[in-house]
Amino acid sequence: MTTPAGPPAEANGDGNLPAKLGEERLTSPVVRMGMFGADGTPDTSGYGRLAVHKPLPQSSSRPYGGYFDTVADALASALSADGVAVDDAIERVVVAHGELTLYVRRSSLPAVVDKFLHDPALRFEVFSGVSGVHYPDEPGRELAAVYHLLSITYNRRVRLEVRIPDADPHVPSVTGTYPAANWHERETWDFFGIIFDGHPALTRIEMPDDWPGHPQRKDYPLGGIPVEYRGTKVPPPDERRSYYS
Amino acid sequence: MTTTHVTGAASDADAAEGRVYDVAGEDWDTVIGGEERSSAGERIVVNMGPQHPSTHGVLRLVLTLEGETVAEARASIGYLHTGIEKSMEYRTWTQGTTFITRADYLMPLFNEVAYCLSVERLLGIEDKLPERATLIRVLMLELNRISSHLGGLGPFGMELGATTIFLQGLRMRENVLDLFELITGLRMNHAFIRPGGVAQDVTMAHLEAIRAFLRKAPKWVKDLRTLIDANPVFIARTKGIAYLDLQGCMALGVTGPMLRATGLPWDLRKSQPYLGYETFEFNVPTADTCDTYGRYLVRMAEIEESLKIVDQCVERLSSREHTGDDPFMIQDAKIGWPARLSLGPDGMGPSPEHIKHIMGQSMEGLIHHFKLVTEGFRVPAGQAYVPVESPKGEIGCHVVSDGGTRPYRAHLRDPSFHHMQAVAVLCEGGNLADVIPAIASIDPVIGGVDR
Repeated sequence: MTTPAGPPAEANGDGNLPAKLGEERLTSPVVRMGMFGADGTPDTSGYGRLAVHKPLPQSSSRPYGGYFDTVADALASALSADGVAVDDAIERVVVAHGELTLYVRRSSLPAVVDKFLHDPALRFEVFSGVSGVHYPDEPGRELAAVYHLLSITYNRRVRLEVRIPDADPHVPSVTGTYPAANWHERETWDFFGIIFDGHPALTRIEMPDDWPGHPQRKDYPLGGIPVEYRGTKVPPPDERRSYYS
Repeated sequence: MTTTHVTGAASDADAAEGRVYDVAGEDWDTVIGGEERSSAGERIVVNMGPQHPSTHGVLRLVLTLEGETVAEARASIGYLHTGIEKSMEYRTWTQGTTFITRADYLMPLFNEVAYCLSVERLLGIEDKLPERATLIRVLMLELNRISSHLGGLGPFGMELGATTIFLQGLRMRENVLDLFELITGLRMNHAFIRPGGVAQDVTMAHLEAIRAFLRKAPKWVKDLRTLIDANPVFIARTKGIAYLDLQGCMALGVTGPMLRATGLPWDLRKSQPYLGYETFEFNVPTADTCDTYGRYLVRMAEIEESLKIVDQCVERLSSREHTGDDPFMIQDAKIGWPARLSLGPDGMGPSPEHIKHIMGQSMEGLIHHFKLVTEGFRVPAGQAYVPVESPKGEIGCHVVSDGGTRPYRAHLRDPSFHHMQAVAVLCEGGNLADVIPAIASIDPVIGGVDR
């Protein structure tokens, strides 16, 4: 059965897209077309016209709602007391899904984190962890280090995100402020290759010491499994025949 | 391998620090021969693990000893790293639960619920979850809290040399696992909690089995308490051991029973309620001893509190029995898993009614089933982190979506991983024998530490 290739994404019409994907995605470029893993071939299923849009960098404006404004104000006043403008330290603020994310510029991270722990109006005592994310499709900001902080005093949470280029994967370590960041930063170095400057002993933690590469990056090849049957090999998951794109 | 440097394993750099012995399993007396006994300040580095029975899996501790005193304790992990987070990026959102449930295998349901709550927040369906699904989740979580605490306490007793504590603890845990087996089909690694609800319903027969358990459980807990609470040997091995006060807990970000043993009643079920925990009646047990004994008391009291919550769940579920249509999976055809699982003669599978429906009655139903099961649902782009109170502390899953049918990134913030950082603080300056209670008071599971 042959079917002509689906119309280009522009002719697709935004109305065909599921509403819950969010409006900002309708204006963003298409990064992926089709389903069933078919690239470049006419999809006979009729689903080929569905397109995956790349999310635009979001930014929220005031009021953020809830305690988020209080946190943002407290951070701004704490930073300005040190002569730092908040816009120089914070790239943008995103409020989504009831969670506050502050995109912190890398050079300002130590100062911001210090304020989050020590400022009496912030008091984020508990460091919940660092999580790395790799976005190879976003040139100049491929790597992300995501920090989760918890304030027991005020019962609040905040997320800090630092975006850095792959070519210069350095982030200042926060172990001086939060000792609990030690292992989390080692793990993020191990899996994503983000170098945390100032960490007391930035060594691999999960992988063997002599392991090449950083396995949780998107471009890291997955291993297949050799099976004892006529030299057969179970292919890695991303090369298997799959029904999802 | 008798005297110094003969083996050649010790380099000149080592030799510069004094006499170096390289031993593995020999009798110490024959190794040092007739030489003078070690003088004060001489240090021995001992590798404890990764195959040590008292280290809760494949944890490796590098201990520097001065006589019986631990001068330095370093934990080395990674022996059980299986790439769960990476594997999840190549499976659908629903399949993710089957991976993440294997992280901390003593509390599989907490891994699942941490992941599913984050996915549900990204989907924006937190408010649309059926009440029955939430109730079943709470029921299973609290049963899992009991089994996880018992899985920590029982082996802890054995590590101290008391097999009775082990057997009594595991007997009760076995009964909880039997309930899990009855309800989910599996004793661990359930993949029972799915985005949108739970995999199967809890029937009246299940509730009756839980009631039977609830009738027996208080006595088992009482027996354990009679056995342990005032046991002079247990107290001698745990009181004042592995001291970590509130300040230390805050600096290291320690949560869970370790934090509550310092007297701070921080419990996410109360402070940041999820799954309707605010509607249940229970207390947050605390202790003020900051030591291993206090952590034991907190865990034991939490078992009793969890029994109360389980009882309330059973009552609420059984009172809903005649309300008619009471779904346990979200009623959204684009998200909710279509198959109703049931136990057939050849094991667990889609229910015959569902097969009849999609194969004989509804083309739409068949398409939905096929699309959801093979391709999965799409999750709007964004990131979410929903922490929950696990038996070991705060567990949360940082989930990132690019709008596709698979997780772009899923990172499990595991309490065991986080708390293992406290090993040095807990062990250094203490006796070698106190390392075992110190590790047990963290209650780490290496499956969660390494993921």
